[in-house]
Amino acid sequence: MRAVTDAAPAFSAGDRVLVRDETPPHHHRTPWYIKARRGRVLEFIGMYLNSETRAHGGSGLPELPMYRVEFDQTDLWPDYAESPSDKLWIDLYEHWLVRAR
Amino acid sequence: MSKGEFYDTGWRPNDDVHRDEDGRPHDHPGVQEDAVLGVRASRALAMHELLVEKGVINDGEVDEAISRWSERVPSNGATLVAKAWSDPEFRTRLLEHPKETVVESGFVPEHNADIIVLENTSQVQHMVVCTLCSCYPTALLGPPPDWYKSFSYRSRAVTEPRKVMSEFGLELEHDVEVRVVDSNSELRFLVIPRRPEGTEGWSEAQLATLVTRDSMIGVAAPLTPGRV
Repeated sequence: MRAVTDAAPAFSAGDRVLVRDETPPHHHRTPWYIKARRGRVLEFIGMYLNSETRAHGGSGLPELPMYRVEFDQTDLWPDYAESPSDKLWIDLYEHWLVRAR
Repeated sequence: MSKGEFYDTGWRPNDDVHRDEDGRPHDHPGVQEDAVLGVRASRALAMHELLVEKGVINDGEVDEAISRWSERVPSNGATLVAKAWSDPEFRTRLLEHPKETVVESGFVPEHNADIIVLENTSQVQHMVVCTLCSCYPTALLGPPPDWYKSFSYRSRAVTEPRKVMSEFGLELEHDVEVRVVDSNSELRFLVIPRRPEGTEGWSEAQLATLVTRDSMIGVAAPLTPGRV
């Protein structure tokens, strides 16, 4: 995966993003159900310790940009039967996101 | 190997319970025994004793941790919600600077996790889950309930949130937008539920009695004046 070291956030509110469809062997906190799905950045929420290295005894440094990303429930679950306006919010590290149209 | 054998480490508590050669306690007429610890409690006690014996922790630290945990209760969150319902300036500060406001209010967020406060309205219902484990604002709500950690809730909260809420007694109008919030390891979410009708003029202390733990997770509505 791409290493993110510079602090300037690459995305901003309103950007369309695609979640990388990868399954690294180490601990990571990107659940399977949003991988390869498109969402919208709601906001850049700040720099956070990297839980992927922290989980393996590392310091978690450098801190990485994190974003709150919104998905339409109907994009996540083909059989979603509740309401088409329902959303899923999740906070994701920048290295899991690619710019999408 | 049976599951029972797998989980049984063979360790037995150093107590006076009379046992047979396989470690099983058994009764003798006229002899009363103390309650027998289960495997998990026995293991926890064994680890505690070993850690103290090896000087890794001391009993004081354990007592301190227990007392810290006993201060983590849902009434912490309820106090904040009731104040936010009563005081518009506080509500704004809690929403815009949640962590600072929580600390100013005298609560201690667990291991520096950030806290985000989300407000439910007549148009939007936030409902919190941690699909990967059990991330939860323990400083404000206490330890998470078993259902919050269950595989069933963690999967159903994202695939059929309205159905889950209806099982908690909350029937949402179709035009209310549901936002399921999947919590991760760095942030904790507290939900401000909608203030119930018929509570005009109530004090913060009275309002706090309506604010349930489940309403601050976002799966249920707070109590109504007739249901306290």
